[in-house]
Amino acid sequence: MLEFDFPPLQPMVFTVTTLTNYLRELLETDEILRDVWVRGEISNFSQPRSGHLYFTLKDNDAQLRCVMWKGQTFRLRFNPKDGQSVEAHGAMSFYPAGGQVQLYVDEMQPVGEGQLYQEFLRLKARLEAEGLFAPELKRPIPQFPRHIGVITSASGAALQDILNTLRRRLPLARVTLAPTAVQGAEAPGGIVGAFQSLKTLPDLDLIILARGGGSIEDLWPFNDEAVAYAIRASHVPVISGVGHETDFTIADFAADLRAPTPTAAAELATPITSSDLRAELIATNQLMATSLKSKLTSLRQDLLLAENRLQRHSPAQRVRTFLQFQDETRERLERAMSHYLAQHQLKLQSQVARLESVSPMAVLRRGFAIVTDAQTHQLISRRNQTSPNQSIQIQLSDGKIAATISGDTP
Amino acid sequence: MTDQPTPSFEAAFASLQQIITQLENTELPLEEALKLYEEGKRLSDICSQLLETAQLRVETLSSTSANTDGEPA
Repeated sequence: MLEFDFPPLQPMVFTVTTLTNYLRELLETDEILRDVWVRGEISNFSQPRSGHLYFTLKDNDAQLRCVMWKGQTFRLRFNPKDGQSVEAHGAMSFYPAGGQVQLYVDEMQPVGEGQLYQEFLRLKARLEAEGLFAPELKRPIPQFPRHIGVITSASGAALQDILNTLRRRLPLARVTLAPTAVQGAEAPGGIVGAFQSLKTLPDLDLIILARGGGSIEDLWPFNDEAVAYAIRASHVPVISGVGHETDFTIADFAADLRAPTPTAAAELATPITSSDLRAELIATNQLMATSLKSKLTSLRQDLLLAENRLQRHSPAQRVRTFLQFQDETRERLERAMSHYLAQHQLKLQSQVARLESVSPMAVLRRGFAIVTDAQTHQLISRRNQTSPNQSIQIQLSDGKIAATISGDTP
Repeated sequence: MTDQPTPSFEAAFASLQQIITQLENTELPLEEALKLYEEGKRLSDICSQLLETAQLRVETLSSTSANTDGEPA
């Protein structure tokens, strides 16, 4: 503390350093000033090579010098610029070399962001309680969408990112753009209207709701409850791709699938790409050929089997069998016949011999003769059968002679 | 084949998948299998053709709100 020396009539004189040090000490020990939020508009903003930020915060009637050390700037979620209304937090102190009281900022956000964030959390909690974000509501994303609806700005970079990605991955698809403002007060109504327009397309498979990166205010339409309801009321699954990786909006929570960026949304919308399909086609062709080939092979085997069976039961085979049988039969027949004949030959010979033995011819050969009447051919074996001059025939062993009885008769 | 109108890729691809399933059924009569195979080849050719020539078709619905998009290009 400063010492006041007597005599009091003589005014006390301080060095600048002493006084400013006193001032600085006062500021830095003040309960309010060492931990304070201040709202104002940025002006004279500069960021030299050192990386520290220098600017003035002002309102209509006053201004305040501010500095933000480089080490604190990584926490900033926006790029400060002149004219921007911000809320800055830090400690007041005195900068002796510059002769200025200034605010040493350690945290800063655009005006209203804190309020917006609170609003966001409240809406999120309410919709969550309503069950709007329930996992069981999430519809599966079709594997192979033919017709994709895109809700975004017609002039935005997001649309080009999406179209380029779809062109690269699945040019077979059809895209219908439902253009709408994606920032500003009209945007939520426009987005809801876009969902309604797309509902008139019955063959739509999927909707991408997208917007490129921007400030939290820029993305604010995607934190609108009407947009959330429109997403859930959509007749087809919705993929959201809003802002950057780190941005989460109500729309992301309501969507069936959240993509970190518009490009990623287009990628997630096309899980199967043209090159996948090409590969699948090749595989399909091979499968088809293999199927047919194995079918032919098995048919060929069946045919072979059938041919064998047929061969066994063919008429030709039966004819052969029959012919063989017939040959055998004929042989048997001939054998039987010749046996029979042989037998009978023998019998015949013996009969002939017997016959021979009783034949009159045998007697004739011994010198006897057979006499018959020439007219009546009656055998003459007695005298009384004869008469004189009777013509007779005499059978000798080697022929007949004619004769007349001349001698005595009884 | 006959003068059938060119089907969409999806329709042709779906038919192709069906044909494979049918072809894998061994009870199929040969004539039918051959017919299916031919049809499968035809569909596969159509699919390839469509894949090679595909161009992303983009249509735009007439905007419900005025074209004050706001987002910079």
